[in-house]
Amino acid sequence: MNITFLLNGETVELSDVDPTATLLDWLREDRGLTGTKEGCNEGDCGACTVMVTDEGGAKALNACILFLPQLHGKAVRTVEGASGPNGEAHPVQQAMVDLHGSQCGFCTPGFVMSMVASHANGATDHDTQLAGNLCRCTGYAPIIRAATAIEAMPVPVWVKDAPVDADAQPMLPTSSDELAAIYADHPEATLIAGATDVGLWVTKQLRELDPVIFLNRCDDLKNITITEGEIRLGTMVDMNRMGAALADLHPSYAEMIRRYASVQVRHAATVGGNIANGSPIGDNPPALIALGATLHLRKGDTRRSIPLEDFFIDYGKQDRAPGEFVEAVSFLRQPDRLKCYKLSKRFDQDISAVCGCFNITVTDGTVSQARIAFGGMAGIPKRATHVEAALIGKPWTAATIQAALPAFADDYQPLTDMRASATYRLETAKAMLERYFLEDQGEVTDVLKVTA
Amino acid sequence: MSVTKPLPHDAAPLHVAGVARYVDDIPTPKGTLHLAFGLSPIAKGTIIAMDLSAVKAAEGVVQVMTADDLPFANDVSPSIHDEPLLSDGTVHYIGQPVFLVVATSHLAARKAARLGKIDYAEDTPILTIEEALAADSRFEDGPRIYAKGDADAAIANARHVIEGSFELGGQEHFYLEGQAALAVPNEGADMLVHSSTQHPTEIQHKVADALGVPMHAVRVETRRMGGGFGGKESQGNALAVACAIAARATGKACKMRYDRDDDMIITGKRHAFRIAYKAGFDENGHVQGVSFHHYVICGWAQDLSLPVADRAMLHSDNAYLLPNARIESHRLKTNTQSATAYRGFGGPQGMVGIERVMDHAAHALGLDPVELRRRNYYEPAHKVADQPLHAKPLGHPDPHEDLTSRGAVETGSAPVRPLPAGGNTTPYGMEVSDFELHGMTEALLKSSDYAARKAAIAEWNAKNGVIKKGIAFSPVKFGISFTLTHLNQAGALVHVYQDGSVHLNHGGTEMGQGLFQKVAQVAASRFGIPLEMVKITATDTAKVPNTSATAASSGSDLNGMAVKAACDTIRDRMTDYLAERHQADPATVTFTDGHVLVGEERYTFAEAAALAYQGRISLSATGFYKTPKIEWDRIAGRGRPFFYFAYGASVTEVVVDTLTGENRILRTDILHDAGASLNPALDIGQVEGGYVQGAGWLTTEELVWDGKGNLRTHAPSTYKIPACSDRPDFFNVALWDGENHEDTIYRSKAVGEPPFMLGISAWLALSNAVAASGDGYPALNAPATAEELWRGVQRMKGGT
Repeated sequence: MNITFLLNGETVELSDVDPTATLLDWLREDRGLTGTKEGCNEGDCGACTVMVTDEGGAKALNACILFLPQLHGKAVRTVEGASGPNGEAHPVQQAMVDLHGSQCGFCTPGFVMSMVASHANGATDHDTQLAGNLCRCTGYAPIIRAATAIEAMPVPVWVKDAPVDADAQPMLPTSSDELAAIYADHPEATLIAGATDVGLWVTKQLRELDPVIFLNRCDDLKNITITEGEIRLGTMVDMNRMGAALADLHPSYAEMIRRYASVQVRHAATVGGNIANGSPIGDNPPALIALGATLHLRKGDTRRSIPLEDFFIDYGKQDRAPGEFVEAVSFLRQPDRLKCYKLSKRFDQDISAVCGCFNITVTDGTVSQARIAFGGMAGIPKRATHVEAALIGKPWTAATIQAALPAFADDYQPLTDMRASATYRLETAKAMLERYFLEDQGEVTDVLKVTA
Repeated sequence: MSVTKPLPHDAAPLHVAGVARYVDDIPTPKGTLHLAFGLSPIAKGTIIAMDLSAVKAAEGVVQVMTADDLPFANDVSPSIHDEPLLSDGTVHYIGQPVFLVVATSHLAARKAARLGKIDYAEDTPILTIEEALAADSRFEDGPRIYAKGDADAAIANARHVIEGSFELGGQEHFYLEGQAALAVPNEGADMLVHSSTQHPTEIQHKVADALGVPMHAVRVETRRMGGGFGGKESQGNALAVACAIAARATGKACKMRYDRDDDMIITGKRHAFRIAYKAGFDENGHVQGVSFHHYVICGWAQDLSLPVADRAMLHSDNAYLLPNARIESHRLKTNTQSATAYRGFGGPQGMVGIERVMDHAAHALGLDPVELRRRNYYEPAHKVADQPLHAKPLGHPDPHEDLTSRGAVETGSAPVRPLPAGGNTTPYGMEVSDFELHGMTEALLKSSDYAARKAAIAEWNAKNGVIKKGIAFSPVKFGISFTLTHLNQAGALVHVYQDGSVHLNHGGTEMGQGLFQKVAQVAASRFGIPLEMVKITATDTAKVPNTSATAASSGSDLNGMAVKAACDTIRDRMTDYLAERHQADPATVTFTDGHVLVGEERYTFAEAAALAYQGRISLSATGFYKTPKIEWDRIAGRGRPFFYFAYGASVTEVVVDTLTGENRILRTDILHDAGASLNPALDIGQVEGGYVQGAGWLTTEELVWDGKGNLRTHAPSTYKIPACSDRPDFFNVALWDGENHEDTIYRSKAVGEPPFMLGISAWLALSNAVAASGDGYPALNAPATAEELWRGVQRMKGGT
């Protein structure tokens, strides 16, 4: 595979690229650009953050789980390219010096690049923008001071990149039709959407993946279509775009997405990847199941659509045939009754211990409809059918909620692991239903909305 | 003067541009090889058979080594030689290095290291406190006991008695730069080692032993670490020794860095404790007696566990005058990672113990927790006469021992000093003469508006059923000095060149704390020159020998004084020379604003340096410093282990969702005592960072092992240090306007570790919020994860 991209403004052409070589290793070992650091090699610390510009704009991404072929046609900017051609400091760099934003300095290049990207995009929600960058020295306060100080300063011209022309390459299809054809020919291939999961197969499990097919150039899989009747998300819609699309329609879901991994991971992670990998702790499936979503699958030219919950058969087992891929997910437009409760040890960038999603419709004081689904409570994302049954047709009262709680034990027998005990999982799942009711009654239930 | 200025970190412009070099960034010689360890998959057992043929055959592998291939010492322990580089045939925890792969790339080495086929005879591992106590599996012969008065009798006679026990988890350092070393073979038997270490001399010593050469054949250089926090005091030994041995065997430069998961699985962490307490109070909340039992999980090797457990005992009083106290400390040997130094070095654990007692007592007595604390404070600062030091018998130290380690065993012991009667003394007999907390507490309560906020929180809690708020105050008194007295020394090397530029070197290492900048500020001040004229250089065992670890918050105190001494030596020589040439009184020669004034003459510092050079005056000097007034008998628990104390106080407000235990820090106010700060910006950086790290330890940072001894939280995906939004929404940090009562460098105080313990107020505030959901005492364990808080709420609702 031959690829072309811009690196700090200069064209790079690589031939016979190892498809699972990471950008981080290539920068440090082949290119000698050691400013970009390896902190965790799994996309959780942000020390390797670089800025990648494509048709969608400038994005912070983790170089440690970014494979070189994903860069074909894009522009990469590393910390070495944050400074100007004559060594001028980017405003972010100067503010970080002046306001004491670095101590040991190891996380600093990653922070600088996250801030260069968010500054270029005019973002000022700094806690969210920097949730994917860990610092162990400063306690973050001076870094936020730096980010705040430069909000109004102009974006330096030298960080304004544009994507470049990219020719056709095998295993880098540019449409869903091409993808369908290639995958039908190579049903044993590993599909790579954003590599936020598959990346770790390579960097941590040290697996050899061959062949691989990259989906990131299939633009027709990135469509978000909102009609009067439904919302349809192409499989390659990244989580940041999805969050933005849902901000007004289903704000609780959008807020859950804001806490889903980090900006860097959400730029890469896709809704289709989050479903297709079959993880029992992915956050999208319970929310989408609660919305009554339909999954659209394709193999060659054959398409089929199934209720999303039917896709998850058992732990590690999905209803997907060899050579078949997730093309899209859709759900009906509906009044927003959805609440998504993501419970984790840390608010930001943490995998859920429990993710509970509730979509309960109350008509004339009676529960007329209830779709409730959980992640982290079973080997698959799973609906709470017994709880739903205990609610439907009952008056929307505290007594109904209390009476429904025992049904959770019929729906779920969760496990104990490093994230939470089985008891805590089951009891907080119940508590989430109580919270949904209390929130509906106007009680203060969200610690993220409380101030000193 | 450069001192007291809030200057940025000296390397900040390099950090932000990505050009500050860490070990893995150093350009390597052609043909450099890369290393990885093959690890034990079981927690305890014996190796029956080892088949490494697949490892040797793997792509890129150059050599595979086991313990049998090591030419000299198989030892990377910083204390009692119980930690082999590679397994000696037995394994003691999951993650112990068993064999070493030398390959052409980092990835090739990692891949090959997973291919070992090793048969083990498995034994039942000791993983818990109960199992260790049952098996009498411990370091030292029995528990250490420090006592003052008769605690048991005082508690028995007290009006109010409280009692409890709680778990206090360990902590992963999570330095952003993992462990790393690079060894470059030089001519003959010489070896150059670049190591990400807080203790270059120890690396030098362990490498020399492993290569069978004198220490002079090994040079260790450390420019900077990407964070240390104690995790690079002894845990870098294995990588440096492995690199040196492989470099000797292959003749090639060898580099090793741990992948993050390997780093977390192999290396030691903060010691986890169980603390059982019993305390008696009178009706006014005055403590009568306190008794602690510390059960310390030390892991499989001794490492630095004894001084860590000692320091926990030494901080079991924190800010409180305990008339009767007894602390019994069990150092338990378990089949887990060997717990090691971590910011505070046991002090935080000891301090959490007594703060828990005060919190519990305030709840039981119905007193305001701040008021109860203040009633028990030590007396305010006052003059005391210096105690004469007791000369220790010299004995015959073994020069081959690792004497610069905090794990070293002292030769000889001082006669036991009688405990002073009454007075303002600690449970180990040290007079507290510099106590700042009365004034600091008053000031902080006012600036944080504590009383009004406490009332507002009570009002909130009365109105809100689900979301409860809490607030808490906690003080810090932290002892400054290495408890192994002989480590309290430092050296420096200063050159002045003929152009007036200054080359500065000392024994301390830079890990982000800003030590180099502070010390450079000292040098610039001594010569009266701009800071830009001082060059800070990498720590190098060839420039300053026999250094102590940069640890125990001692960096600026020790190295600042050593640099001052070196600068003053050169300055005095220049003074004498210029005074003589100008027939002036040396006392009138001044160094200021980049100039030297001699009588009527005004030279630039560069001109003065050039003149001195032409006058054949030596412009190079070493400096040396040793901390005065300290002595310590760790067996008896008597003496003055600390030169002085550093103080701090914090108020934290939190909010807790009682349905799930989810919680946040809403506001934190801190007043911290850095003496006369050498650099207020750097010191505030230590305070802000220390607080967040300390709060992380007690909240989200949970280490989980499974029943077989597997660490299940070995990556940032599962081990959660605070993220950006976890810092307090409102974070007000100020330095106390004071100066050190003792004669330290410009009357400043050490600031590395003490602020870490300010985070205790976050844990107490969470307890306070949970308490609002019922009538009992929450009796939280630490870390207070959301799940632990949820359990606390259930206990409250159950009325227990």
